[in-house]
Amino acid sequence: MKVLVAVKRVVDYNVKVRVKADNSGVDLANVKMSMNPFCEIAVEEAVRLKEKGVASEIVVVSVGPATAQEQLRTALALGADRAILVEAADELNSLAVAKALKAVVDKEQPQLVVLGKQAIDSDNNQTGQMLAALTGFAQGTFASKVEVAGDKVNVTREIDGGLQTVALNLPAIVTTDLRLNEPRYASLPNIMKAKKKPLETVTPDALGVSLASTNKTLKVEAPAARSAGIKVKSVAELVEKLKNEAKVI
Amino acid sequence: MTILVVAEHENGAVAPATLNTVAAAAKIGGDIHVLVAGQNVGGVAESAAKIAGIAKVLVADNAAYAHALPENVAPLVVELAKGYSHVLAPATTNGKNILPRVAALLDVDQISEIISVESADTFKRPIYAGNAIATVQSSAAVKVITVRTTGFDAVAAEGGSAAVETVAAAHDAGKSAFVGEELAKSDRPELTAAKIVVSGGRGMGNGDNFKHLYALADKLGAAVGASRAAVDAGFVPNDMQVGQTGKIVAPQLYIAVGISGAIQHLAGMKDSKVIVAINKDEEAPIFQVADYGLVADLFEAVPELEKLV
Repeated sequence: MKVLVAVKRVVDYNVKVRVKADNSGVDLANVKMSMNPFCEIAVEEAVRLKEKGVASEIVVVSVGPATAQEQLRTALALGADRAILVEAADELNSLAVAKALKAVVDKEQPQLVVLGKQAIDSDNNQTGQMLAALTGFAQGTFASKVEVAGDKVNVTREIDGGLQTVALNLPAIVTTDLRLNEPRYASLPNIMKAKKKPLETVTPDALGVSLASTNKTLKVEAPAARSAGIKVKSVAELVEKLKNEAKVI
Repeated sequence: MTILVVAEHENGAVAPATLNTVAAAAKIGGDIHVLVAGQNVGGVAESAAKIAGIAKVLVADNAAYAHALPENVAPLVVELAKGYSHVLAPATTNGKNILPRVAALLDVDQISEIISVESADTFKRPIYAGNAIATVQSSAAVKVITVRTTGFDAVAAEGGSAAVETVAAAHDAGKSAFVGEELAKSDRPELTAAKIVVSGGRGMGNGDNFKHLYALADKLGAAVGASRAAVDAGFVPNDMQVGQTGKIVAPQLYIAVGISGAIQHLAGMKDSKVIVAINKDEEAPIFQVADYGLVADLFEAVPELEKLV
């Protein structure tokens, strides 16, 4: 079966971001960008399904700026067969991305679509669920285990109290949680080979998708800073401070 | 303006997260209705009707809504949503699973994990693992919002007497089925609602050593959490993870033991009132947010702490 994987270019997870002085957003000039960590897990899961003989083709897609080609090439080096970039300049809201992905799903007709559970920049945790709504597919969010069996996929999900397993009819949407797998690294030969794999660029207009949003970000501020704490010398001093100064125990 | 709150419930009663969500709804203003969807939820509806400040409880009792499968619950919420100005749910795994599906079916953008209400259409939410706070305005006819429960003080669970109304609508998409679940058993307070949280990280060394934290937690009446490193190493189950991708907590007292303090962990606990860090590495980033830091070997400090509290 064909598997579609969505990936996002985001600020690298090790970078401590700074808010711009004019409160218009976060300063991303000259900051290291990477593939969203949850998207890496999604690519890895698709590649493993292919290695098991379950998936026949992996198509990786990104909705974003032209520079997101780097992340698509990374996915190709990890084992995806071809890539599609839906090129859009602005920072998009989840619904717009879901609509663009829906258009790609209509065209590609995958049996399984794998996304990360959330992007570490917007922290929305919406796109997979929204794509499931637009396509009418079942959704297995926060997956820690995925097993394709015939025309169904069993997804074990990380929920608040533990784990839950659901059986979904295919085609279905799966969003990955951290413990689904350990993503591999791209080898140098594979990075070279990935340069020759096909990468198609389309525009939202060509897909007939409107990127309009009902949400508008008015401003972005730095969070309130915590006042500097103190170092205590002993456990006894710590207990004394907690009892008498902070009064929390 | 009328607001619909999708209730979170467990073991036949309304979950605490619902009370924080009703508090957020009260800040928006207007009548508040609570939807209880599930199977055999008569008892949940009764407990929901007692929540202070709500006008009505809607009950959708149907086998299709058992286990909160989003393919079935989302169409129900969409059908009801048309009469409301806002649809709110707590940012629990259920709320996060269902609400974006609702938003897309209504063709509106969702606002995730709000931490404050500025006005009926403007809200604040953390982005970039809590390193920035965005103020977001929604022009949607129905505003679909998940609520970070630690951002709002819970309303009283008792004292109200709302009318209970049955919703006949049954939506069974027939696309998904519940297979089973493995829930972690714990006698300690629930992590997200606990007043004191004791968390362990990679420094604990192994799962067995968490017994030191359990002993301390039991003495303090605290919940026990963990960093991703401790979960990935298999010391403890994943539902104990605190952080950007785990649970968000904001207790009165957070004790971080053997946790370095990566950005992703801080995202889940830096709104705690008092933070204590016990770590033998005095350069660990956790000391930059800790109110009280103790540079010590945790295997000596934690048992001593347990004796003294």
